[in-house]
Amino acid sequence: MVELKEVFETYDMVSHENLDVRTITMGISLLDCIDPDLDALCEKVYRKITESAKDLVKVGDDIGLEFGVPVINKRISITPAALIGGAACKSPEDFVRIAETLDRAAKEVGVNFIGGYSALVQKGMTPADRNLILSIPQAMKRTERVCSSISLGSTKIGINMDAVRLMGDIIVETAEITKEDDSIGCAKLVVFCNPPDDNPFMAGAFHGVTEADRIINVGVSGPGVMRNALSKVRGEDFEVLCETIKKTSFKITRVGQLFAKEATRRLGVPFGIVDLSLAPTPAVGDSIADIIQEMGMERAGAPGTTAALAILNDQVKKGGVMASSYVGGLSGAFIPVTEDSSMAEAAAMGALTLEKLEAMTCVCSVGLDMIAIPGSTPATTISGIIADEMAIGMVNQKTTAVRLIPVIGKGVGDFAEFGGLLGEAKIMPVNTYGCADFVNRTGRIPAPIHSFKN
Amino acid sequence: MSRVIVTLVGKDHVGIIATVCNYFADNGINILDIKQTTVQEFINMIMIVDVTGFKGDFKALSDGLAQVGEKVGCIIKAQNEEIFEMMYRI
Repeated sequence: MVELKEVFETYDMVSHENLDVRTITMGISLLDCIDPDLDALCEKVYRKITESAKDLVKVGDDIGLEFGVPVINKRISITPAALIGGAACKSPEDFVRIAETLDRAAKEVGVNFIGGYSALVQKGMTPADRNLILSIPQAMKRTERVCSSISLGSTKIGINMDAVRLMGDIIVETAEITKEDDSIGCAKLVVFCNPPDDNPFMAGAFHGVTEADRIINVGVSGPGVMRNALSKVRGEDFEVLCETIKKTSFKITRVGQLFAKEATRRLGVPFGIVDLSLAPTPAVGDSIADIIQEMGMERAGAPGTTAALAILNDQVKKGGVMASSYVGGLSGAFIPVTEDSSMAEAAAMGALTLEKLEAMTCVCSVGLDMIAIPGSTPATTISGIIADEMAIGMVNQKTTAVRLIPVIGKGVGDFAEFGGLLGEAKIMPVNTYGCADFVNRTGRIPAPIHSFKN
Repeated sequence: MSRVIVTLVGKDHVGIIATVCNYFADNGINILDIKQTTVQEFINMIMIVDVTGFKGDFKALSDGLAQVGEKVGCIIKAQNEEIFEMMYRI
């Protein structure tokens, strides 16, 4: 029988600690839409998405209402667009047509983002991959809900430095073309090393080619719940700290598992995975930095922060794995800056630097995320930062990502504002020493020795 | 049988439970269990109810309870019982 204490603990989680299910994301394969005629391709893509996801938003809202935990986002991920557009798209402009089609479909079904305007180029680029990448600035400008992700490296393959260099240019160009809105186009664009095929979170969600025709992936959240749980064990030893994180993660993940099962049943679409990520929002209290500070750091970024994050990441997984039948996606703690008000505050006061964030990405589930940098940052420097992050992912056999926003017309200390869940932050300084001679070398970085396991 | 947990939080006064119970009776909802605590003048209460006889959908139940809550000056929410089974039982 349900106990009073349990009901009111859940009540507090939702009412005071921002517990929510962050996203129900439907993955949709568009491989069966491939057509050499661009008009026919766009028509098939629009029809498949709008038919597959017509009930997604309603079902997400209904489940949220019935179980008393809101589902914040309902989203769609698709097969990487470079794969489905290869036969029909002969130019970057052709690819923008696909982006516009995706945007229309997203608006029709009412999802707030659609991910998968993507190319997987960790080893090399086909003409279609290159055209898609070259189309990104226009695609980000002319669409509202389309998210783009490019895979540049993997542990098995190495790092495609030609693509890394190109993406430095593309990020700057995307920033320039959307400068009226603080270069917001870059907030919808992320580059990856070792990206998962089943990530439900934006901007990096895409529906991998190994996936079924349609799938439901759920991303949980709960930084506020975690912080509150840890506030009750202040001063206790590491065993108690870790046990508390595990137990809290278990409860949060069970909500995700329940919602995934319900969404699966009601939509008639198979269950994919639950992503165990702690995903912050700019709302007060919904912060990873607050958890780190609750663990004992004066500010996020202080010495000890990387160790604290490593504990958090690992214990979240240990607690969550038992709570869900299938775990996947990114699974861990996210450390975006603009999307986490306490992280942004720590950065603004100088406690948290770009270099410390890079160190933190060695032990968290993603990478350098939602960081506003000066608009004058050279493309080669951005490529250098990307190469560093890809190397961390490649060597450590983990996912890493870079989502930097060079805010055109603004410099260090200026304020960049993106609105909504994307948040706001002061612009962080970037090391001004150059790396152009390194970045401008052509070719690939070979895979590391420990990748040869066959 | 479809079980729903109804949560009530607010300032205690005469007639809260009576008003809520009347709503249940008028709408074919059977009360299976009531648990409550009062701290100073505040009441925290859960009611486990069977909504098999309720004619509307979950939104109608949720809206109806919100209206009753307004009448008695409390926050009243309904949640499917399964979420607690998932979170607190292995």
